[in-house]
Amino acid sequence: MPHFERLYNFACWLTHDRQEAEDLVQEAYAKALKGFPSFQPGTNFRAWIYKILRNAFLTSRTGLKATATVQLDLEGEEEILPAVSETPESILLQRSDGQLVQRALEQLPVAYREILLLCEVEEMSYQEISATLAIPMGTVMSRLSRARKALRDCLWPQFQKGKPTVNYGL
Amino acid sequence: MVCESWNAKLDTYLDGELPEQEMRTFDAHVRSCHSCSANALTRVQMKRTIQGAGRRFTPSAEFRRRVQHSIAPKPQRRLLPAWVFAATAAVVLVVGTLTLTYMRTRSGRDQVYSEIADLHVATLASSSPVDVISTDRHTVKPWFQGKIPFAFNLPELQNSEFSLLGGRMTYLDQTPGAHLIYDVRKHHISVFVFQERSLAARLDGNALAPEKLPFNLETWSQGGLRYFVIGDASTADLDSLVRLFKAAS
Repeated sequence: MPHFERLYNFACWLTHDRQEAEDLVQEAYAKALKGFPSFQPGTNFRAWIYKILRNAFLTSRTGLKATATVQLDLEGEEEILPAVSETPESILLQRSDGQLVQRALEQLPVAYREILLLCEVEEMSYQEISATLAIPMGTVMSRLSRARKALRDCLWPQFQKGKPTVNYGL
Repeated sequence: MVCESWNAKLDTYLDGELPEQEMRTFDAHVRSCHSCSANALTRVQMKRTIQGAGRRFTPSAEFRRRVQHSIAPKPQRRLLPAWVFAATAAVVLVVGTLTLTYMRTRSGRDQVYSEIADLHVATLASSSPVDVISTDRHTVKPWFQGKIPFAFNLPELQNSEFSLLGGRMTYLDQTPGAHLIYDVRKHHISVFVFQERSLAARLDGNALAPEKLPFNLETWSQGGLRYFVIGDASTADLDSLVRLFKAAS
């Protein structure tokens, strides 16, 4: 089963629930098998199966709830935010605390969390992310930029107070 | 000032997504600029930290077995010698080739129509059939920006019997699309818009719906988009709405 472990990991991050993640992965493989004739050889299989899993998530109860509570104007114009002072990251690196990053990722809206995971963890190209999320390349870049900023904003109070304070309404 | 402009592209550079020429220029700059190289190093380490933190969940062996079992092909008993199967397969191949293309097209098309009918019924049965509630096309159309990977036009409804109720996102063949709901004399009509090239099933330019479908349905392709109009309104009403859409696109 190609990408099985990675898909499961991605599903867990989306749902925050292992049982739901298992259901999603199982549904994704069943749909992929059923819809395999619609897969176009030469196109990206990984993006295709991630897209199936993500669509299954979006139509699930958790997915509908998660996307319904996120601001709809996340993107605005396709602006790429410049990198800012590295203070939170520098401190993070000194502490090498992966748990802080995990907590910060959990706090992010699903639209930001998923794009960061696809880019940093799955190491997908912008083209693959565009195909997986069904959004234009420009939106991939701007959303990624905003997601990174949101992660930094989320990390900063954790460093200062030892617990997350940024709330995105999730 | 120069470093500020580099800084704006730092993440894209580290993602390896800048154009080749710009990558080389950036490489040279980072090697010679202490500030940018320090920033780049920090961000690379941050990427690695996210990568490590993101690889967090591992499926159990039991779950893997369960999925493998659920998608494994069912074993088939061999009741006859292999040559019988080979001969049968040859005959089936000859006969099947003659009808396969036709059947595939028809089967795929019927499946699409069936799914469109399901989406129409399920949406109308929902307590919140639309995600954007507005009779104004200038409110509904912009709502889809960033949600679907294409743009489309909505018709002007003044001097017509139709009124727009709203819209929602939908999926067909794992492809995102727009679902609009119109009202005409208390009949609800759904209009679906998808990218033609994203749909697995091949449909004729203006295909007819199968007779067994419990709704009137019209579909056509225009500007790379596939439109479906479905509802229990009369075919004359559907024709009118189709004409309005064709004129607007």
